[in-house]
Amino acid sequence: MHEFLEWHSCFFYLFALLACGFAVAVVWAGNIVYMACCLAASLAAVGGLFFLAGAEFLGAVQLLLYIGGTMVLLVFGVMLTARRTLNSLTVGRRYWVLTLFVCGTLLGMLLMVLPGVAAWEELPTKTSPVGVDKPADLEQLGFALLGVRMDRTGVPEAAQRGDFSGYLLAFELLSLHLVVVLIGAAYLARAKRHVVRAAHQAIAGPF
Amino acid sequence: MNIFASPVGMVHYLMVGAVLFVCGIACMATKRNILGVLMGIELVLNGANLNFVAFSAKALVKESTMGIGLEGTVIALFVIALAAAEAAVALAIALSFYHTHATVDVDRGQELKG
Repeated sequence: MHEFLEWHSCFFYLFALLACGFAVAVVWAGNIVYMACCLAASLAAVGGLFFLAGAEFLGAVQLLLYIGGTMVLLVFGVMLTARRTLNSLTVGRRYWVLTLFVCGTLLGMLLMVLPGVAAWEELPTKTSPVGVDKPADLEQLGFALLGVRMDRTGVPEAAQRGDFSGYLLAFELLSLHLVVVLIGAAYLARAKRHVVRAAHQAIAGPF
Repeated sequence: MNIFASPVGMVHYLMVGAVLFVCGIACMATKRNILGVLMGIELVLNGANLNFVAFSAKALVKESTMGIGLEGTVIALFVIALAAAEAAVALAIALSFYHTHATVDVDRGQELKG
């Protein structure tokens, strides 16, 4: 009896390995440009994991906003603040020891506790792969952002139906927040010419 | 090939989220470059987002009790938007820091003036 490869598991392990491997590479790399490239790859792999979990819209938003927006911002920041040589700023060994101890403990605790939660142990059966014949998720997401929870109309009992109100207020607040952030960031990042020249002369010394 | 034939459950997604989260914390703790600290913040937020998406996936949960469905996706969407906004502000702060100190070394920013 041959065991077939489950495509969902194969792609999950591929994307998980990419995401975790590049995340470790971000911590391990000394050069800031290496870190930026590894972070972009890790975020792209996380976007792939979003697609596998069935949240396609979120995966597309992740690729658009994180890779196309945040990483471009970070690369701009790296290039605007680069010195003549991109020398690596390192911390001492005791910081690494303490960090590895704390983070290793935290990771070990999490990895030991997670498989033991009984409510999460239900594995999907082989006959129902992820992502096939789901209801229209994007439509429900759109209606929820407009203030109506369309995914709750199918529940017959009134006690389990919950609230119909959506996320319109949070959506509006987020839009306002983005405008404020744009204005604030543009004001904060303005160039102050005289201080730059004096500071550079103080750092570089007279030559 | 046994590991590739068995279906992947929610715990696997949560483990990947945990690894991303811990890598982000390690990055925030050990980087002297201010942009390196920012990358750690992005890793932490992505680990949390992966957790939200795993909890909201319909095929990974038991039908009746667990599963937050649409709320997980909406929360993850808000987290992505807020993280992008926060990265923009943090980069503006980093640029301002560079303009005043001529370096991106966070160890240099020890006086509260300037």
